[in-house]
Amino acid sequence: MKTDTGLESDIVTPQPPPPLLSVRNLRVSFHDEHGHCVPALKGISFDIPAGRTVALVGESGSGKSVTAMAITRLLPAHGCQIDAGSEILFAGRNLLTASRRELRQLRGADIAMVFQDPMTSLNPVYTVGEQIIETLMLHTRVGRKAAYQRAVALLKEVGLPTPDLKMSSYPHQLSGGQQQRVMIAMAIACEPKLLIADEPTTALDVTIQQQILQLLASLQKKHGMAVLFISHDLELVGQFADEVVVMHHGTIREHAPVRQIFEAPQDVYTKALLCCRPHLSRRPARLPVIKDFLGEASYCEPPQRQRGYLPDDEVILEVQNLSVEYHSRHGWFGKKHCCQAVQDVSFKLMRGRTLGIVGESGSGKTTLGMTLMRLQAASAGRVLFAGHDMLAMSPRQLGDYKRRIQIVFQNPYASLNPRFSVAQILTEPMLLHGIGRDRAERLQLAGNWLERVGLSHQALGKYPHEFSGGQRQRIAIARCLTMHPDILICDESVSALDVSVQAQVLNLLQELQDELGLSYLFISHDLAVVKHLSDQVLVMQHGRCVEQGDADTLYAKPQHPYTRQLLEAIPQSWPHNFKPQVA
Amino acid sequence: MLAFIIRRVAQMVPTLFGVMLLLFVLFNWVGGDPSYILAGKNLSPEALANIRHQLGLDLSLPQQFVIFVKQVLTLDFGTSWSTQQPVTSILHSRIGPSLLLTGSILLLGTVLAVVIAALVAYLRGSLTDRLVTLISTCAMSVSGLVYIIAGQYWLAHKAGLFPIMGWSDRIAENLLYYLPLPLLLGVVVGLAPDIRFYRSCFVEEMNHDYVRTARAKGLSEPVIMLKHVLRNAMIPVVTSLMMSLPYLMMGAMLLETFFSIPGMGKEVVMAVDRSDFPVIKAITIYIALATMLFNLLADIVYKLIDPRVELS
Repeated sequence: MKTDTGLESDIVTPQPPPPLLSVRNLRVSFHDEHGHCVPALKGISFDIPAGRTVALVGESGSGKSVTAMAITRLLPAHGCQIDAGSEILFAGRNLLTASRRELRQLRGADIAMVFQDPMTSLNPVYTVGEQIIETLMLHTRVGRKAAYQRAVALLKEVGLPTPDLKMSSYPHQLSGGQQQRVMIAMAIACEPKLLIADEPTTALDVTIQQQILQLLASLQKKHGMAVLFISHDLELVGQFADEVVVMHHGTIREHAPVRQIFEAPQDVYTKALLCCRPHLSRRPARLPVIKDFLGEASYCEPPQRQRGYLPDDEVILEVQNLSVEYHSRHGWFGKKHCCQAVQDVSFKLMRGRTLGIVGESGSGKTTLGMTLMRLQAASAGRVLFAGHDMLAMSPRQLGDYKRRIQIVFQNPYASLNPRFSVAQILTEPMLLHGIGRDRAERLQLAGNWLERVGLSHQALGKYPHEFSGGQRQRIAIARCLTMHPDILICDESVSALDVSVQAQVLNLLQELQDELGLSYLFISHDLAVVKHLSDQVLVMQHGRCVEQGDADTLYAKPQHPYTRQLLEAIPQSWPHNFKPQVA
Repeated sequence: MLAFIIRRVAQMVPTLFGVMLLLFVLFNWVGGDPSYILAGKNLSPEALANIRHQLGLDLSLPQQFVIFVKQVLTLDFGTSWSTQQPVTSILHSRIGPSLLLTGSILLLGTVLAVVIAALVAYLRGSLTDRLVTLISTCAMSVSGLVYIIAGQYWLAHKAGLFPIMGWSDRIAENLLYYLPLPLLLGVVVGLAPDIRFYRSCFVEEMNHDYVRTARAKGLSEPVIMLKHVLRNAMIPVVTSLMMSLPYLMMGAMLLETFFSIPGMGKEVVMAVDRSDFPVIKAITIYIALATMLFNLLADIVYKLIDPRVELS
């Protein structure tokens, strides 16, 4: 009798359970409008173990979202090809050969998704409750009444206040964070085994970002789901993931446990991604960009830059007790509503310096910028531009001052007229302000500015949609520069960009400031970015300035609780938040 | 909602006053002196004065305006100058056939166009989609007149499938015997542009993120199309539909003329031809009223379809 064999098998470490999802040699290519085949994924393989969180990190165009869409088979039917040798095994079943019917049964039940922009991802004409109930009734065969009760419980679980009332709300009646909570409630409704979260926090404010991340992390633990978390921000992922897959141009550069990625990254690209995000503790004269790492020479950090107003700086813009009110009236004889968007804000901007303005959505920071451009009327206060009150000027007097203060907006996709060529975009304001003698000279000037911001002369003949987000933001900057401004207002100008592209644009802004002596009013919700670029920082909450001071001092010793709260919401660099997991 | 309706109806009063003022000014200054038209060749000064007195043209302008306002408020526009019948009774007898014709064309045409558009949008990029688009473009390029004449000639005259023209007093006979051909031709004329427009509405909606969410939930394509996409795509469809509603009253001028249907369209043509001012005035006021009412209706329908619309 061989009783020892049974004993032996007890001692032998058990085989690890098969992964929940296993992607094998996935190749996807798209056909462009000329019929050429453009590879998006060049044969990637990775596993997602049950109950674990795997993060997929990379820049736009690296193939992260294509991977997610391939797993759920939501890639467009036309113009997209998945190589025959590819395999996506989910609980042992190949999803790439599954029938439509099988896929429908899996989606929403076993594999659920949360998308980037919750506003557009929810159907605007159905109530939140209806959209959750629909999923429940489709997959769980419960009655409408039971589904309703379950939906209320789900809304409660994702932390929505008054879930009963929220059931009958329409998506547009909720805030961005609340909408994303609804999306998450919908995703976890049928207790999925795998949750795919595609940039779930990118469209949200920093403090909301943290809340949503914490919610996802707690739900993951509670339900024991596996999560595929997709993000362009490596730091963000560090707080949440067990394993990280770094992607670049449709290939996997590195796949390792999260600790190794942060403490001993093997791939230069991973190192580059880790470095190009501005840090609270360092302020190099120039931020590293991906290219610095991929070249032959190894990267060495340039000297640190000192920031702060100096006593002999010249004041270029002084804002005194500025207030802005919005009035609205319902109907003809309705009561007049008054909303204080900005209350009693004062600051000084020095020539060649940067004043950073931070705050969340609704804090009044954008209204402040608009008021300085005179795009929004002020209700009280003075704005002294080189000693003259801009708010008191007649439209005629204002003409020249308007040229000297320019603005770069947040969304590079929406703020450039899609029907205008780049040449038209750049020369139109020149024509208005009488810069350049004739069309030829204006085109020449426009071309020069394009080269200055890192684009070529050829870009003049193209249209905005032919450029990437970072390139469009460069065009927007060039449009401002054609006016020879003294002050540039950057209203969340880098917020919509990937961290790697963000570093490039921040470097460009810095170079331009050094070269042209521009003064910046840098509005952002990202405190690390603001610290990198600013000499002074002003923190806004509910339209009021809650704290203002020298950038280094304010970050080192925040006085106001709100400033401290904002600082805590920043994804900390790895060693700060690393808590070893107990096995 | 009720407060909104009351407010909107109250807003109609100044609008209607504006319409009356404009109409009055147009007829009195631009329209010329109607007594010359009525007097015909019998141009003696006494006869002219007599006619002017009968028409009330010898009164001062403010007095004439007050009379016009009274006419509008009582919806009694006097008698037609050409037939001497009361204008109100003429219009009452004309509105029925017009509404029957244009209403059925609108209903059938819209339902058909929405169904076909949803189908080709679902199959977008396929052979069927391209074929429908091609046929629609060709069909749109041919004048509506050609369809009417060709239809009347081939289907009614040559093939004898339908009566060539005519109308009766009995609704059943109209519906079953006289209506089908003009209805068919009216639908055919309007179908092609509608399909193209509605298809683009559907296709645009299908590219939205919420459709991806619906697929990620595991919903089947028919449910996605009929529940999620349809209601969103109906927003622009309803807009274009509501804009065309006031013309229901105007009737289909060409169809009524070709098929001898005693409707409003035919009446308008005849009234303009005879310079029958009371009839023209009455029709203009009716159209203005209908436009205002349908605009209100459109806003209410919007609110029902799209919760983001604020009624204020």
